[in-house]
Amino acid sequence: MSPLARAGRWVRGHLVLGLGVLVLAYMFVPIAVVVLMSFNDPGKSKNVYAFRGFTLHNWEHPCGPAGMCHAVGLSVSIGLLATLVATIIGSMAAFGLVRHEFSGRGLANTIIFLPMASPEIVMGSSLLALFVSTGFGGRLGFWTIFVAHVMFCLSFVIVTVRARLAGLDDNLEQAAMDLYADERQTFWRVTFPLALPGILGAALLSFSLSFDDFIITNLNAGQTTTFPMFVWGAAQRGVPMQVNVIGTVMFVIAIAIVLGGELNNRRRARALVG
Amino acid sequence: MSQASEGSRSLHLSQVTKEFASFTAVDSLDLDVAHGSFFALLGPSGCGKTTTLRMVAGLETPTSGSIRIGDTDITYAKPYQRPVNTVFQSYALFPHLDVHENIAFGLRRRRSAEVDRQVKDMLDLVELDGQARKKPHQLSGGQQQRVALARALVNGPDVLLLDEPLGALDLKLRRAMQIELKRIQTEVGLTFVHVTHDQEEAMTMADTVAVMNAGVIEQMGAPAELYENPRTTFVANFLGQSNLIAGKVLGRDGDFVKVDMHGIAVSVPAQRAHTDGTEGWVGIRPEKVLIAEVGEDIDAPGNHLEGGIVTDVSFVGVSTQYLVRMPWGQELQVFEQNTGRRKIFAHGEKVDLSWRPEYAFLLDSSQDVNAGIEDD
Amino acid sequence: MAALTAPARAAEDSAKRVGGSRWTGYWLLAPGALWLGLFFVVPFYSLVSASLFDPNGSVLTGYKVNYHVGNFATAVKDYHPELLRSLWYAGLATLICLVIGYVLAYAIAFKAGRWRNLLLVLVIAPFFTSFLLRTLSWKLILADHGFVVSTLQHLHVLGHDGRLLNTWLAVVAGIVYNFLPFMVLPLYASLEKIDGRLVEAAGDLYASPFTAFFKVTWPLSLPGVVAGTLLTFIPAAGDYINAQLLGSPGERMVGNVIQSLFTSSQDYATAGALSLILMIIIIGMVLVYIRKVGTEDLV
Repeated sequence: MSPLARAGRWVRGHLVLGLGVLVLAYMFVPIAVVVLMSFNDPGKSKNVYAFRGFTLHNWEHPCGPAGMCHAVGLSVSIGLLATLVATIIGSMAAFGLVRHEFSGRGLANTIIFLPMASPEIVMGSSLLALFVSTGFGGRLGFWTIFVAHVMFCLSFVIVTVRARLAGLDDNLEQAAMDLYADERQTFWRVTFPLALPGILGAALLSFSLSFDDFIITNLNAGQTTTFPMFVWGAAQRGVPMQVNVIGTVMFVIAIAIVLGGELNNRRRARALVG
Repeated sequence: MSQASEGSRSLHLSQVTKEFASFTAVDSLDLDVAHGSFFALLGPSGCGKTTTLRMVAGLETPTSGSIRIGDTDITYAKPYQRPVNTVFQSYALFPHLDVHENIAFGLRRRRSAEVDRQVKDMLDLVELDGQARKKPHQLSGGQQQRVALARALVNGPDVLLLDEPLGALDLKLRRAMQIELKRIQTEVGLTFVHVTHDQEEAMTMADTVAVMNAGVIEQMGAPAELYENPRTTFVANFLGQSNLIAGKVLGRDGDFVKVDMHGIAVSVPAQRAHTDGTEGWVGIRPEKVLIAEVGEDIDAPGNHLEGGIVTDVSFVGVSTQYLVRMPWGQELQVFEQNTGRRKIFAHGEKVDLSWRPEYAFLLDSSQDVNAGIEDD
Repeated sequence: MAALTAPARAAEDSAKRVGGSRWTGYWLLAPGALWLGLFFVVPFYSLVSASLFDPNGSVLTGYKVNYHVGNFATAVKDYHPELLRSLWYAGLATLICLVIGYVLAYAIAFKAGRWRNLLLVLVIAPFFTSFLLRTLSWKLILADHGFVVSTLQHLHVLGHDGRLLNTWLAVVAGIVYNFLPFMVLPLYASLEKIDGRLVEAAGDLYASPFTAFFKVTWPLSLPGVVAGTLLTFIPAAGDYINAQLLGSPGERMVGNVIQSLFTSSQDYATAGALSLILMIIIIGMVLVYIRKVGTEDLV
């Protein structure tokens, strides 16, 4: 077979994979731009968003722009709190759904699905309507944002933990009881450790969703400014490059956590072979 | 382990019933398993054997009836309160623990002393020393099965339950494990209750076999007794194979019962006649039927049938299996060992059949002649 | 997400309650149900009443509910271009996402081998950067004198004065980009469940690779397609970020309108009405899907 024909064959065989990788690369292009722009020298004019020159200035003075680091701190604290509450409540709900019988399953599934699928503008505006009509209209801020974030993170947590629980062998808990573990011991020594990867994954997902949320937050924040709101405001006035520094840092941290977990699993698996 | 007398650790089930919304899985079951014996609960899928096992383990609650070990009533005790351990069909090994911790699990829950030593002894017993630190997913099927066994055994339960533990293994491995299990049981002297649908497995391994069908025990006894003297058509067909021929009971003649089988007079020992009715199924195992050329002298006088025509011949190496059509239309199975003394009959040949009366049995005519035949 | 349910269903059907009772289930579910009920379901009631506000009210003077259905008429009359445009953009973007996302999901499910987990992580990875920043990056990439536009002008795909930014092209491209993971993940979950031997069996029965795909793989992946479509189209229809950052006022979507009605003009009445209209259209579509596919495959 001629080299050309052989090459053609290789291409056809790997076509789908190649296209897939291309799509994946396309998804990372803006990330690359974010990283690049974190090193950007903004020059005098802030209004035109373009690359001018390389500088470490942004990294050296990350909290330069007024109010930005405060906004970041706020986003982080809301994120951590919302993640904690949503993960706990959502995991409990997932356990309830998978391990216990009850009627109304269709309704439960629909209510869990809807927040994931609804447009944020509708969720945000209806929450705002609720707050206004119950008299909280003048007190929008940290806690209203927190409430909103837990709300839309719940569905994702429930779905993630549920999937993990469903994949577990039904017999494991029975085996534990057969081996003299009472209900409490069975849960803490068998069920919980096995569900943990799902719970942690849900927590990570939750934090990302919360930190990154804009539309719902914007409507229910009042005078408080979270990081995405800061970026949005800056986009009208002129974006300080430190914003990209924060974005890059968040990205790197998240990737490190996920890849670290993955690598840890592989390392432990390899160590035990043989 | 307690030092109570052996009789106090036998397993007793009285009138145990389990009803579900739409059907009754177990119907008034009575069962006694002597301590230290290897007991097999045999039956097709859906007969209730697994449900019975789970009730003994505590994973299901009986609707009525009682379960005792010795004098202790455990009917409603939680699984972790019973001196009973289970080897699950799917092994149910804890994936997040290594082999050592899997086996040690029960010991730790009961705060046993010398956990490491007991685990090590058990690993030696099931021949898995060296695998202690591996995780279950790194082991082969056979190895996982042995870990599951070790994990249950190490707790020295009064009763060890095995739920079709060999089902997932290939044939060779299964045979090897059957011998292994028997050896281990003899060595540790514990009561094993083994649930299976494989009749060969049950007969090979068990001291006592109970055949279960649709929630009830059809017959219970030593494997040989069940096989040679079945009391119901189900047992006759489920264990090995049987020829069941319709006949009219003529009456009692001394130690025998005379039966008119399509015009031919046959006799069945009274002890092997399990019906009082006027009609019955005359049963005879295929390997007990002698096949001969027409008019040839038969080895032993007994029940003699003429007019058979060979309709199928299967050479199975060890034996030749014939199907012989009788004058009344029924095809009887005949298994003849290939000793080399006799020729192999051909398709279409006319033959005579006979059997010694002491091998025949008589079953109640109201029973389904096809009960217990495994359909594919 | 769709095909993640089959084992869930089995586990739930055979829910051998390990020491738990019916009430334990309800107690576990209660906090979550309460939170969602209070902050997701109840607000819709507030939205409905907001849409019935007297449009002459304001935050200062308070709102009176006067069952003024005229709000709906006003909303549709004034903003039907934005409504239709939103549905059109979202529909187009969803279609593109389906095509691109299917390729990616297929590649990961069937062709990736041991790189599968890594690739999945990479699909989710962009999530971890603020999507506002990513959309701003697109603004840079698609800028008038940037690399992309210049190349396209060179190749005569775009006219001499052609631009991408501030056109519907950029907006749709942005929507596609932002919602791609929502399409890929459910698709992957569905495809991953398909037994590869089914495709082999099709080949054994004289099907070409294309036929095998359309007759075997595609139908079996439909639950994932449904879930992915819903998870993409619905939020996309309400989005306004892409329109704001990448488009001009000519590309305004209904989300932009609702946002400005709520914040700038404080016209809660019309904003509420518009939100409700959008939601009703969407719920209608979801119900149609649910009737066809059932709820078990959604989550």
